[in-house]
Amino acid sequence: MNDKTVADDLAKKHKSISIAEFFEKNRHLLGFDSKVKAMLTCVKEAVDNSLDACEENASELKKKKKNFELPNILVRIDNVQNDIYKIIVEDNGPGISPKIIPQVFAKLLYGSKFHRLKQGRGQQGIGISASILYGQLTTGKPARIISRISPNQPARIVELMIDIKNNDASIIRDEEFAKFANETGTRVEIIIEGTYYKTGDKSVYEYLRRTSIVNPHARITFIEPDGNKIIFKRAVESLPRETKEIKPHPWGLELGILIRMLKETKKNTVLSFLTDEFSKMGSTSAKAILEHSKVNPKRKPSSLTVEEATDVLKFMQKAELQRPPTDCLSPVGRGAIEKSLKLEYNPEFIAATTRAPNVYRGYPFQVESAIAYGGDIPEGNANLMRIANKVPLLYESGACAITAGVSEMDWKRYGVNKPSNSSMPQAPLILLVHICSVWVPFTSESKAAIANYPIIIKEIKLSLQECARQLNVFLRKKMKAKKEALRISTFIKYGGVMAKALSDLTNKDSKEIEKTINKLIEKKFGINADETKKRMIEAEKKKEGGE
Amino acid sequence: MKQSEQKKIRLKTSKEINDKLVELGKKVIKQLKDYENPSVNIPLRSLSNVYFDEKSRMLHLGNKTSDRSYLNLSQSKSFMQTMLVASKLREVIKDGSHFGLRQLFYMCKGGIPGTKENTFDDQSESDIIIEDIEGLLSRLREEIGIFAISKGKMSGDLKIVDSGDKIDCGKLGSSGYGIPSIVEKGIIDFDKTSVDFVLVVEKEQTWNRLNQDRFWKRKNCLIITGGGQPDRGTRRFLHRLNSELDLPVYVFTDMDIWGYYIYSVYKQGSINLAHFSENAAVPDAKFIGVKMSDVEKFNIPKSHWIPMKKIDYKRVREISEYEWFKTDKAWQKEFKKLSDFKHVVEQDVLVAKGLDFMSKEYLPFKFDTKDWIE
Repeated sequence: MNDKTVADDLAKKHKSISIAEFFEKNRHLLGFDSKVKAMLTCVKEAVDNSLDACEENASELKKKKKNFELPNILVRIDNVQNDIYKIIVEDNGPGISPKIIPQVFAKLLYGSKFHRLKQGRGQQGIGISASILYGQLTTGKPARIISRISPNQPARIVELMIDIKNNDASIIRDEEFAKFANETGTRVEIIIEGTYYKTGDKSVYEYLRRTSIVNPHARITFIEPDGNKIIFKRAVESLPRETKEIKPHPWGLELGILIRMLKETKKNTVLSFLTDEFSKMGSTSAKAILEHSKVNPKRKPSSLTVEEATDVLKFMQKAELQRPPTDCLSPVGRGAIEKSLKLEYNPEFIAATTRAPNVYRGYPFQVESAIAYGGDIPEGNANLMRIANKVPLLYESGACAITAGVSEMDWKRYGVNKPSNSSMPQAPLILLVHICSVWVPFTSESKAAIANYPIIIKEIKLSLQECARQLNVFLRKKMKAKKEALRISTFIKYGGVMAKALSDLTNKDSKEIEKTINKLIEKKFGINADETKKRMIEAEKKKEGGE
Repeated sequence: MKQSEQKKIRLKTSKEINDKLVELGKKVIKQLKDYENPSVNIPLRSLSNVYFDEKSRMLHLGNKTSDRSYLNLSQSKSFMQTMLVASKLREVIKDGSHFGLRQLFYMCKGGIPGTKENTFDDQSESDIIIEDIEGLLSRLREEIGIFAISKGKMSGDLKIVDSGDKIDCGKLGSSGYGIPSIVEKGIIDFDKTSVDFVLVVEKEQTWNRLNQDRFWKRKNCLIITGGGQPDRGTRRFLHRLNSELDLPVYVFTDMDIWGYYIYSVYKQGSINLAHFSENAAVPDAKFIGVKMSDVEKFNIPKSHWIPMKKIDYKRVREISEYEWFKTDKAWQKEFKKLSDFKHVVEQDVLVAKGLDFMSKEYLPFKFDTKDWIE
């Protein structure tokens, strides 16, 4: 084991190479490998930040019993010229203190949320500064930040570029700004080279639509380059449950992290380090672990060698402990998902379910699913919405555990057709799967696909199956109703001819006979034959007119 | 029969049928008013509901019926069609003149509002419904005045009155008397006749040959053809000749299973029209030929035999199982011989033996030696 040296080497290297060079070499990891993806990444970083900031602010205000506003986010994309676009994202969050604006926006990897065990959107991003750097490298234009932190103060406008050599901000403009409409909030403007797709799986529109579905408490306004304005309305008027930071659980720990924690801890002994820095670790368990790994409980944590740490880790992972706490998770909630999908697609049927939390490798996670059918949902392949910690995943669908879970399900059992050569069922369906966790296991640094842990796939399937069972009941009812309606309409359509024939046979009034026939149908099936027939005739006229 | 009498008979029949049709309509309306699923009972016209009555020696319809109801998805349309055809038949009755099956089809054909569907698309649909209604009313379409294509012909010394016109069937040249589709009493009436029997010939061309040879004069008989599988008019006509004028009937067909079955239809009726047998069958009809033994007797050359096909064998097996053939030893022998012989022989082959061989030698010899199957 020589993790320590590798980690150290990496850190040194990061410092020694130019950030621009690093950026160029790692574009694909950072989400800027194509102009389409770059556009999306920039919007995503800014929107994720805004949502996180708005939520944290609202939660704080709520705790203090002060008035708070739910997130209100504006996204606007202007076409400056050719493939140069200006991306504007504005929120009603707390604003950013002018002092730290340069660090937040101009320092790569600043305020890193890595290894912070809390369900948050930011885990997936490289940070807004990367977007600013990308804009700067492709267009040479500075980013503009307008921020207001109090209704009693005017906003500030800051224009900055990233000083690549020093990984720092170079401020071009910093002054008061009177025209900011929100009482508090932040507005970011970045000019980038990109490609804009109006629709499609990987469009900004689709990203915002899905974001709004899993953030039903947010109102998102989107103005496209052609001026088209789309408003994703709020489906619920309450804040989601606040996410809590938890200490790492021994089961999911990795050696590198343990070594770093041993180095950085303020605890004086290994024993107190184990009991205080980890969740569900009592002193009995801690003592047993140290005994097995032959480490004196009173040693200073930073004095442990890599070999000793490796031993400690081995026994930590074997220890019989309680599962990690799960109250740190914040699912969207069954009702809220249903409401927002209803608002967006007006489906004929919807079922959502939130599973109880489970644990993979010591990390708590929770899966929730929704299936919506019909309404405004188009025919063809089902539309799969993969969501991680309330952020839609648009790339690398094939490598994702969610796709695997959907594909492995026996959809025929639920009355939905899935051709053997397709991974998706074929029906006007939305399948939404949300995984929330303090640490979502992505397949790679691009953070677009969830790793195939069997326990995670199992949870995905169980939650989808729960919804699919309800879907099946609905589809069967629908099929039955359709058949029944078709059956009854057969009787109804022959009613008129029959009435005339019976009238000719008996010299009785044909209108009266038709009424009698209609009464029979009404009595037997509870259907108004007269109205049904009128509808059929109208529909037939329209068809003939259209031909 | 006097014209006024003829008219009386016709009026009586018409009134009876009209009343039955009105009754049918009223019954359905009552079911509707009682919130019952309107339905009618139609006698089943398939082999499973046809039996051979030993006493009358003809096919009869059994008691099996099938329900046809309005509120049944697979029956709704035919129920509507039944009512529609019934109502048009009432119109035909009221009018008093005769209409063809094709014309009735057009009377019933029409669009259904709110759909692209028609009440009828094909004449075969309305033809079937008419047969259903015959069963429903226990009356024949001929009595209502619905006729089909007629193809029967007759020659011989018989005078008839056809719709008031006197016709001498011995003076109709090479075409003979065309037997109409409707031959009911009051429309066609017979004079007395001195002929001895009726010879039924399967095919029209054979009949032509015999007519040209004036065979009917030579043997003092009537010669009739139904042109293959006979139509209802020809069968009914033959039945009346047999039952009203007491004329024995002999049937002359090809030596193949299809010819044998045509004989069977003339004699005991057909499966599909078993309800018509009583009015059309001739249980005493005899089969004069071509018999298996004729091949040797008349030395029919091998070159004129036609090999049997798979379907011929299959039909032999089927027909030999029909109950009216099953117990008939003579016919079972004939079937067996035919299957073993593996060939069929047509009536027309006899011409090869001499142009007038059929009328001068074959048939006279057969009648003289009483060489027929009962």
